[in-house]
Amino acid sequence: MTPGNALRRHAIAKAFHFLCATVTWAGVALLGVLLFHVSYSGFMWLDGQFLSSFPSRFPEKAGLNSALWGTLWLITLTVAFSVPIGVAAAIYLEEYGGKGKLSRLIEVNIANLAGVPSIVYGILGLVVFVRFFGFGRSVLAGSLTMSLLILPVIIIASRESVRAVPGSIRQAAFALGATRWQVVRSHVLPSALPGILTGVILAMSRAIGETAPLIMIGALTYIAFVPNGPMDAFTALPIQIFNWASRPQQEFHQLAAAGIIVLLAVLLLMNAVAVFIRYRTEEGNK
Amino acid sequence: MTNGSPENTASLLVGKVRFHWKEEVIRIALFLCAILSVATTLSIVVVLATEAFTFFENVSLGEFLLGGRWTPLLVPRSFGVLPLVCGTLLIVAGAALIALPVGLATAVYLGEYAPDRVRSIVKPVLEVLAGIPTVVYGYFALTFVTPLIRSIFPSTQIFNAASASIVVSIMVLPMVASLCDDSLRAVPLSLRQGAYALGATSFEVTTRVVVPASLSGVVASFVLALSRAIGETMAVTLAAGATPRMTINPLESIQTMTAYIVQVSLGDTPAGSVEYQTIFAVAALLFTITLMMNVIAHRVLRRFREVYE
Repeated sequence: MTPGNALRRHAIAKAFHFLCATVTWAGVALLGVLLFHVSYSGFMWLDGQFLSSFPSRFPEKAGLNSALWGTLWLITLTVAFSVPIGVAAAIYLEEYGGKGKLSRLIEVNIANLAGVPSIVYGILGLVVFVRFFGFGRSVLAGSLTMSLLILPVIIIASRESVRAVPGSIRQAAFALGATRWQVVRSHVLPSALPGILTGVILAMSRAIGETAPLIMIGALTYIAFVPNGPMDAFTALPIQIFNWASRPQQEFHQLAAAGIIVLLAVLLLMNAVAVFIRYRTEEGNK
Repeated sequence: MTNGSPENTASLLVGKVRFHWKEEVIRIALFLCAILSVATTLSIVVVLATEAFTFFENVSLGEFLLGGRWTPLLVPRSFGVLPLVCGTLLIVAGAALIALPVGLATAVYLGEYAPDRVRSIVKPVLEVLAGIPTVVYGYFALTFVTPLIRSIFPSTQIFNAASASIVVSIMVLPMVASLCDDSLRAVPLSLRQGAYALGATSFEVTTRVVVPASLSGVVASFVLALSRAIGETMAVTLAAGATPRMTINPLESIQTMTAYIVQVSLGDTPAGSVEYQTIFAVAALLFTITLMMNVIAHRVLRRFREVYE
């Protein structure tokens, strides 16, 4: 091996290092570009009037009011349906399921469900909830569809968190004569709670941003009222953004950007809460 | 439930036999929650199969899968799905071209080169990128990427495959990076140290030892990302257009399978008509393709997972 060869090899390694670093930082910069572009375009439309008005044909009068309330309704109901079921499923798989064929089938099934395109869930919701159960294009149908969509996310996150609870805690409780459910309720669940909460928040932020399934089940864009109950028609933040973005006029594009700022602010806030919970738990475990 | 709450330690010790039925009820309730996921999959399959079946009573499977013209909403009607598949593949190919190498390079940088401090900045940024809703990427494609492309290639159409491809690649990038990162980290340090001890450079260690050693994980992450790109809906609906067309020119307007489904459900096509049933046939095709890719990826992950002890 000549010295020139070694020099060349090290030069290649250096170039490779540089390339990988550039590409990575380009990805980080991209987030900056995206955030800057959106805030720059939408900033001037963001005021109290925008948050409190209903949709309108006139961009200067249009606002997010019904979309905000729609999203709030949708997320509240979705969480009410999906969190108890998701956590229960995770507990069954980790604490009761064992390693039988059925458990493995459920496990593989959940992994695959997590990869099903969201629009397919929309079609499922359209046929089953909107038509078959006759819920119509209501908040209820929307949140049931959304629940099915985020269930795999909740189950996977909760399972990881339940699995991380040390076995010694369970054994100590069993040794004191506790039944399986008592062990789960009084020991496993409390220890796993922070992890489950983080997973739930991430699943919620997924549900807040999902658009395609809501379009499929027929959430409308022009809703000039706030939903009063689970059977009312509704619109949601991403639907309203999609509607504005798909119009040709510049003003509506800027409205879409303003809507995106609101949407991203909500999501970042939720992420911050999740990070905070994780941080608190790590501190507590030290 | 007559036996007091579990907090009551005394009743715990005395009444454990009579607790039994309650334990069983809880076990069954938990089991029902777990089995709901299987029921979801089954109902997806049943819904798509029955609705697509009514469609295929009117249009033959051969015409659907092999036909090269997709004009179900215009007369004369034609139900060949290939233009939609072609449009989807164009988007996915473009996204793969960018996201797969960049994602892998990011994972390599994070795993092999970056100090911990950099890692702790980049990882959360990637998580934020992964959490941005797809409709936001659609807006970004339409108002930022497309004007950028048009300033370089003025003949580019307003709706074009290229800008959609680019944002889809940004969307799947965090997924590729984090899955690749996981599998690169699973390669034991001793393999790297062995290679370095033989005088290999960092480039050689990465390309000849670390990546080959974690190849199954890397490939599985690629497949999962591609399947995600195939199912992507809002960005392609907003940015790629609504013109089903067999083309490989990314500067033209096209339509993907998902965008077509959205187009029909936003329009006023009467439910129950053959035109309307097309969305179920297209969705069935979409579901089949993505499911196959996911099953393959998970199988690769499980079966070919290199075990180092």
